[in-house]
Amino acid sequence: MGWTFQPDRPIYSQLMEQIKRRIITGEYPPGEKMPSVRELAMEAAVNPNTMQKAFAQLEQEGLLHTQRTSGRFVTEDRERIMSIKEDLARNLAMDFLRSMQELGYSDSQTVTVLEAARLQAEKDTASGKEGV
Amino acid sequence: MNPVFECRHLSKNFPGKEALQDVNITLERGRIVGLLGPNGSGKSTLMKLANGLLCPTQGGIFIDGMAPGEETKKIVSYLPDKNYLNDWMSVRQLIRFFGDFYEDFQKEAAVEMIQRLGIPMQARLKTLSKGTKEKVQLILVMSRKAKLYLLDEPIGGVDPAARDYILHTIISNYSEDATVVISTHLISDVESILDEAIFIADGKILLHSPVDELREKNNMSVDAWFREVFKC
Repeated sequence: MGWTFQPDRPIYSQLMEQIKRRIITGEYPPGEKMPSVRELAMEAAVNPNTMQKAFAQLEQEGLLHTQRTSGRFVTEDRERIMSIKEDLARNLAMDFLRSMQELGYSDSQTVTVLEAARLQAEKDTASGKEGV
Repeated sequence: MNPVFECRHLSKNFPGKEALQDVNITLERGRIVGLLGPNGSGKSTLMKLANGLLCPTQGGIFIDGMAPGEETKKIVSYLPDKNYLNDWMSVRQLIRFFGDFYEDFQKEAAVEMIQRLGIPMQARLKTLSKGTKEKVQLILVMSRKAKLYLLDEPIGGVDPAARDYILHTIISNYSEDATVVISTHLISDVESILDEAIFIADGKILLHSPVDELREKNNMSVDAWFREVFKC
């Protein structure tokens, strides 16, 4: 997954979100060493100071920790990672609900739409498999 | 410790034009700073003053506490906005030339970057394309272990891929406690690598702020904000 930035928010907070996603999806597994600030800054084409700021905040949130001599590591606290994952899922769901409300859907109607979409997706994967 | 770059009530007049008016700037170490402003706003004049190519009409400019001169040239690596190298020289000769001039020049680093780009060492500068020339100049300038890099329009005339390469070269080569000043009007291209933005217009500093603060406060990119402020 590449790094992308929206123009309307600070870059460090977007870096935090994207690093969190990578921790949740296991791209940076629990207990693993993180790339250095400079490496990751180059990969994302951002200022190393900005990456440093994102790292510092993630440390404060307990997702990363520094070992003085050997570098920075992802937390081994899987519950912590799970709770971040749940937070993220909840936020996505809330955003979705809000967008649907703007379209004039009640929350129960939204659930119906979602259920229909789920069935459709199921069918698509099933037929996709037959195709293979 | 002295700030690495400081302007105090700096003014520069040319006949019929006040190019800079009462400019006050202080820059700390370890920052990447964008000097952003439309054409003719005074960006290059400020860069030239910092390099002793022009003298202030009033006020002062200080590099690590010193007025521009022999001592500051040892710690400032400057990329002018035009080609200033002898274009009959080959890349190899230019590298040797820089090595003779600057104690802090890291020849191996320069050679490695040149080779990675596949530029022949024996090629004369004048035979290279405009974009490649700019890359060679930037490589020379960034191969110094300077305290202050002053880059005047480093991404002016190059294509987007070359632009990425140049920005990449800047982030990966500046030493951690060095400060880089990049002057440009192409804000969206440099925005993600900047710590701070200085907006300059008609020779006056409009704003000097951390980039993230600016985005947070205005809910828009620095580029979008610039377009609004400088709407024609």
